Amino acid sequence: MKISGAEIVARCLQEEGVEFVFGYPGGAVLEIYDAIFQQDKFKHVLVRHEQAAVHAADGYSRSSKKVGVALVTSGPGATNAVTGIATAYLDSIPMVVISGQVATPAIGLDAFQEVDMVGITRPCVKHNFLVRDVNELAETFKKAFYIAQTGRPGPVVIDIPKDVTQAMTEFNYPESVSIRSYVPAGRGHPGQIRKAVSLISEAKRPFIYVGGGAVLADACEEVRDLVRLLNAPCTNTLMGLGAYPATDRQFVGMLGMHGTYEANMAMQNCDVLIAVGARFDDRVVSVPEKFLAVPKKIIHIDIDPSSIAKRVKVDIPIVGNVKDVLHEMLALIRQTNVHIDSIALEAWWQQIEEWRKPNSLLYVQDQEIIKPQYVVEKLWEVTNGQAIITSDVGQHQMFAAQYYKFDRPKQWINSGGLGTMGFGLPAAMGAQLANPDATVACITGEASIQMNIQELSTCKQYHTPVKIVNLNNRYLGMVRQWQEFFYGNRYSESYMDALPDFVKLAEAYGHVGVRVEKPADVEPVLKEFFSSKYKERLVFFDFMTDQKVNVFPMVGNGKGLDEMDLPPHMRNNGGGDGDRDYGNLC
Amino acid sequence: MRHILSILIENEAGALSRVVGLFSARGYNIDSLTVSTTEDATLSRMTIVTHGSDDVIEQITKQLNKLIEVVKVIDLNESDHIEREMMLIKVRATGKDREEMKRMADIFRGRIIDVTEKTYTIELTGTSEKLGAFIEALDRTVILETVRTGASGIGRGERILKI
Repeated sequence: MKISGAEIVARCLQEEGVEFVFGYPGGAVLEIYDAIFQQDKFKHVLVRHEQAAVHAADGYSRSSKKVGVALVTSGPGATNAVTGIATAYLDSIPMVVISGQVATPAIGLDAFQEVDMVGITRPCVKHNFLVRDVNELAETFKKAFYIAQTGRPGPVVIDIPKDVTQAMTEFNYPESVSIRSYVPAGRGHPGQIRKAVSLISEAKRPFIYVGGGAVLADACEEVRDLVRLLNAPCTNTLMGLGAYPATDRQFVGMLGMHGTYEANMAMQNCDVLIAVGARFDDRVVSVPEKFLAVPKKIIHIDIDPSSIAKRVKVDIPIVGNVKDVLHEMLALIRQTNVHIDSIALEAWWQQIEEWRKPNSLLYVQDQEIIKPQYVVEKLWEVTNGQAIITSDVGQHQMFAAQYYKFDRPKQWINSGGLGTMGFGLPAAMGAQLANPDATVACITGEASIQMNIQELSTCKQYHTPVKIVNLNNRYLGMVRQWQEFFYGNRYSESYMDALPDFVKLAEAYGHVGVRVEKPADVEPVLKEFFSSKYKERLVFFDFMTDQKVNVFPMVGNGKGLDEMDLPPHMRNNGGGDGDRDYGNLC
Repeated sequence: MRHILSILIENEAGALSRVVGLFSARGYNIDSLTVSTTEDATLSRMTIVTHGSDDVIEQITKQLNKLIEVVKVIDLNESDHIEREMMLIKVRATGKDREEMKRMADIFRGRIIDVTEKTYTIELTGTSEKLGAFIEALDRTVILETVRTGASGIGRGERILKI
């Protein structure tokens, strides 16, 4: 029996076991929406802006093990989706984005709502397709889902002209697919794994550096086994938070630009570094030469060969699925009974404890003004460290990463690579739909939240009771911090004037809003509104926070990891250069 | 250093633009690029001449391999290879220059493939250096037009780039 291209789209999504499609209709996808109307296997979530559709699909994927799916129309629908697609691409999130396209005879004629979607998204997708023949539609979907979730995952765009959705053909969904030009890396090379284990056995100051790749590869159990087996200190990148439990003694905190003192010092001074699904990006290693100034041997495990030796040269590259490689490595370590010299290791731990002692995340909560760090800490306590946390981008994101101690993977959802403001709320929506029983909170700022605030409406429609924790300091906080540090306190356009009354705004959308101005109210208010009484409600917490707090430690651009700017209580205490004039701001 | 990369790629719409886009997006150089289908109509073969440090060439190769439609990439510089480029060059050929031009073409083993009263069009094949040398050997004022294909390369002997 012949069915239309649009029905094929719906059937393919069903075949892939899709639960939710996040989207927004329009002319070029009317046929697809008609097909969606006539089925009930998956649900459609109508967002209020296409960017949010893609972020919601992204949050859905990050908080589950599934591929996110978004559907947008041609032209502006497609271009609005691009920021979401680029966000997913930079963080390697498996996603399929379906965009409508003008009918094939109209392509290239500057038709109404026509853009070259395949051309526009080419640099920010893992792959994309323009389907010109309805007979290729089913196979294209099979390929798209396969490509999106194998190897290093990423978003795949399928651009479908309207006439293709109208054309009729038989539907046969392929059982499997193989692409001769695409063979994702499998197990690591046994010789390389042997070399790595032998290098580990000689380590005096081992350090394990774990990134988002470990979360994506579902390799966190293996990471934990490795860290414990070697009794080595471990750090997670911003994308890797949760891969190793933050409350464990062997965890030294996040590293990088706003990493802890002990994590950055250990990274700088280790002698054998095991990098697991991490890519030495510029927020972790600002200047490779400075990083390598302390001689060290590096083992780098990654599924993407192009991530290896891109910024930092390594000694033992291992290309392969992180989970498989770690599995083999652990087996070999156990089998050959590898132990790191215990005296050296003890000295190394002593050194790390010394770095840890001054507590580089220390802050003082006074009686008057709420410190943003305090809110995050209390949030962690009130939610028993169990909430799924999404964030936007800026100071609040760093405070969330530093003060919410993530003990399990897929609990922390943020735009690490692209740094997309406006990501948090739609991502939280997607995460809540994927985890209906979980507590989902979006830690945000008054600037970021306004970039996709319209999704409060979607949250109402689909009953996603996310908790929005707005750290409202009336500034683009991170921009203001950089202007204070590097631009002579000239706060150019970083003040957020004419802010809405967020409590009323939340209420206008049918939600609960609460403003908190006093430190003493933080904990009781969180307790009340995170209680079961509000389990079914979206609550918008508007915390009026200190306007002048800066994120410390900070590795400035061009600085080495051991040249951190430290919080006030650690200055002139060795380590960072600490010679910056901070005025009276912190 | 100059490198010559050979790429087997699916003969699909948009595949070429992925390769070219990769080079421009990541700031790699393309000195020349040639592409055409192979004896297998589903595959195209591309030759890209580029230059960069060893690290950059390694990244280029890795990034190319990452493209879904790229089947294989080899750096021909890694072993013996042959490369050829073709040039069509139209020159002024009048008076005493006419004979001189014929002689020059012969010395470089070029062929005159079009003749008018005032011009010759010469076809010349060889390495890129040889074509450059020919241009250098001519008086610039006699050159009316040049068109070069860019280099194509192939490994010597048993070294074969195939699926």
